Amino acid sequence: MTAVVAEHDDHHDHHDHGPEKGILRWIITTNHKDIGTMYLVFGLIMFFVGGTMALIIRSELFEPGLQFVDPQFFNSMTTMHALVMVFGAVMPAFVGLANWMIPMMIGAPDMALPRMNNMSFWMLVAGVLLLAATLFMEGGAPAGGWTLYPPLVLQTGKALPFAIFSVHMLGISSIMGAINVIATIFNMRAPGMTLMKMPLFVWTWLITAFLLIAIMPVFAGAVTMLLTDRFFDTSFFNAAGGGDPVLYQHIFWFFGHPEVYVMILPTFGVASTIIPVFARKPLFGYASMVYATAAIAFLSFIVWAHHMFTVGLPIAGELYFMYATMLIAIPTGVKVFNWTATMWKGEMTFETPMLFSIAFVVLFTMGGFTGLMMSVAPADFQYHDTYFIVAHFHYTLVPASIFILMASGYYWLPKWTGNMYDERIGRLHFWLSAISVNILFFPQHFLGLAGMPRRIPDYAIQFADWNMVSSIGAFIYGFSQLLFVYIVIDTIRGGTGKATAEVWEDASKHGLEWTVPSPAPYHTFTTPPEIIPTEHV
Amino acid sequence: MSTNTAYYIPHKAVWPVLATGGLMIMLAGFANYLNGSSIGSGMMLTGFSVFILMLGAWFSLQATESESGMYNHGVGISYRMGMMWFIFSEVMFFAVFFGALWYARNISIPALGEIELTGPGRSTHNTLWPAFEAIWPTNGPGNVGGHFEPMGAFGLPLLNTLLLLTSGVTCTWAHHGLLAKNRQQLIKGLAATVALGFIFVACQALEYHEAYSEMGLTLGSGIYGSTFFMLTGFHGFHVCVGAIILSVVLFRSWKGHFTPENHFAFEAAAWYWHFVDVVWLGLFIFVYLM
Repeated sequence: MTAVVAEHDDHHDHHDHGPEKGILRWIITTNHKDIGTMYLVFGLIMFFVGGTMALIIRSELFEPGLQFVDPQFFNSMTTMHALVMVFGAVMPAFVGLANWMIPMMIGAPDMALPRMNNMSFWMLVAGVLLLAATLFMEGGAPAGGWTLYPPLVLQTGKALPFAIFSVHMLGISSIMGAINVIATIFNMRAPGMTLMKMPLFVWTWLITAFLLIAIMPVFAGAVTMLLTDRFFDTSFFNAAGGGDPVLYQHIFWFFGHPEVYVMILPTFGVASTIIPVFARKPLFGYASMVYATAAIAFLSFIVWAHHMFTVGLPIAGELYFMYATMLIAIPTGVKVFNWTATMWKGEMTFETPMLFSIAFVVLFTMGGFTGLMMSVAPADFQYHDTYFIVAHFHYTLVPASIFILMASGYYWLPKWTGNMYDERIGRLHFWLSAISVNILFFPQHFLGLAGMPRRIPDYAIQFADWNMVSSIGAFIYGFSQLLFVYIVIDTIRGGTGKATAEVWEDASKHGLEWTVPSPAPYHTFTTPPEIIPTEHV
Repeated sequence: MSTNTAYYIPHKAVWPVLATGGLMIMLAGFANYLNGSSIGSGMMLTGFSVFILMLGAWFSLQATESESGMYNHGVGISYRMGMMWFIFSEVMFFAVFFGALWYARNISIPALGEIELTGPGRSTHNTLWPAFEAIWPTNGPGNVGGHFEPMGAFGLPLLNTLLLLTSGVTCTWAHHGLLAKNRQQLIKGLAATVALGFIFVACQALEYHEAYSEMGLTLGSGIYGSTFFMLTGFHGFHVCVGAIILSVVLFRSWKGHFTPENHFAFEAAAWYWHFVDVVWLGLFIFVYLM
């Protein structure tokens, strides 16, 4: 062992030990912590870009009638808000967490393929730049919805090829990131870190990475067909040539349904990591959590047409996709049960990460139940394309993915920066977010059930009251997120004092990242750590 | 058991970020070109050149590091996993186009031809194209692209099948040579594989030329032309890429690179080549024969 370690150090003498100085450190870095930081900061910036678009939407919808923007631009906003939030904010933020935490959680010195890691990040930036550029083009940004359905999306102006190539670059970025995650987890675990000892966050990311490699090429193929239909005379989505616009919907949702799980599985992983620490109990049902995650991932590939119940599927298809969709409630229920059982009789404390995590369990469950409602095909004919679906998926994304991203920010910031954040402002941020997110999205259930269609800049007078409530909630929610930016900057600059290595009471029982100093040194685990038996086995 | 002892963490390199920039300029240029802008093609070429040069620099750095013995067993495993899952992503990409072909033949065409009495295409058939019959190949009820002849399976495509299958054999023969430290066999095998690959591409080009000039079969020939050219076109593109990768491996073999223990680049190229081969068999069956 010693000999091997010595040889290892030899290797490193030729190369960098610490970060370089200046901007070049960030541009050409291969360090997983640097790259993780860049992903997280980029995700946060895009969260505010996408959030600004959401506030433009909610401003227009504050009252009936057309006040601020023209309908074309409004539709661009709904489309770009979704694309920016999905591909620019949530996914990169989770990749950032993966970069920072996976090597530290499994006792690895870095990601398996560090140069490719650097390329994944810059591909993401390049893809988002191409997408953002469409806002300033003749004919406006894509306005046919984030699903880019033909034939509508083929009417996009000069933005169309840019949006399509942006999808290609984002896809390459995601695939490279996912390959890196898989190679790291399979190849770089410290001796003794068996698969079933890995923290759940690592497990959920492993499964997410498989989803990404399987689906991103599918989306790339779909948009490539859009490109050739528009510019090279093909007939994939043109009935006159023997194609079918519905084909696009099948391909898109074969990508799209696993894609939404790409955003929720790492969320589950972080929740399963945070809740045990603050309940001071091992995670309830560790193995069942792993199997439930795998089951959800498998099911995500065989339920896609529940997004298309009203498109004219044969009755057998409606029935199959209805029942298959309902099955997802079972592994998801296992997870919610396990989180609740973890908290049961725990010595709970309610620091900000835990508050966000508990809110996640409650509010995500609500989002899940509305999903179950919509899985019932005949009922979905009523809900389809109304604000009910908008309320549903925002409950599964905002108080779920976004809340958990905030939770992971508070949970790991002391480890990243070496300083404690201001707990009072953290809790203020939580309560403002938790209350306003419900003011924002809960009324949208009523609007949807009453028949208000989505992606419409104007609406009938009977929808006025709840839209106004929703918009007020949106502004409170949006502006209270600035508190998070303040806290991040404040913590980096010293916060409320130095953090200990363990940060949270007994956290080192729950993960290797709490055994290294705070802030985590530039290189961690250059020699593999000794794996102590963990509690959840 | 996995281990990370002495895992080689590479030093920084400027190539990945520059290659990304090149790719972005190339794609933005292509988009501009499609929009009819005059700067499009210039941007595209510039971006493409930057992309290729940077990839070349990156890979030669990797080759130098590999030859100087920096990569141990663990690094080799990471690279192999990387290649394996990259090929899986390519499989999924081709699956989309095979899926589109399946969907057109089994769902959209029968529906437009009212073969299924309850299908979603029934009203389209009755109101728009009551005369349309569901037969394959077709360019759809609108006769999009005008009259065309479908591509037969025997002749060039069969020859191409034989070419690619043979190239798979020569590739494996080269691998045996590498393992047996027979440098001559390695180089001859690789050279034959590369040659067969480029002959395949030439035959494919000839086939396309015939399709366009004599058979009236183009990318615009309805769903048949779309699926035919997209599937065979993306495959042909992958053959080109595979043959270029193999050429680089051939060049490195000639320079004396690779040992029976350390030859990831060869393996990656061979895996990729076999993948391209298997896709062709799928194409030959589902596009040409059936």
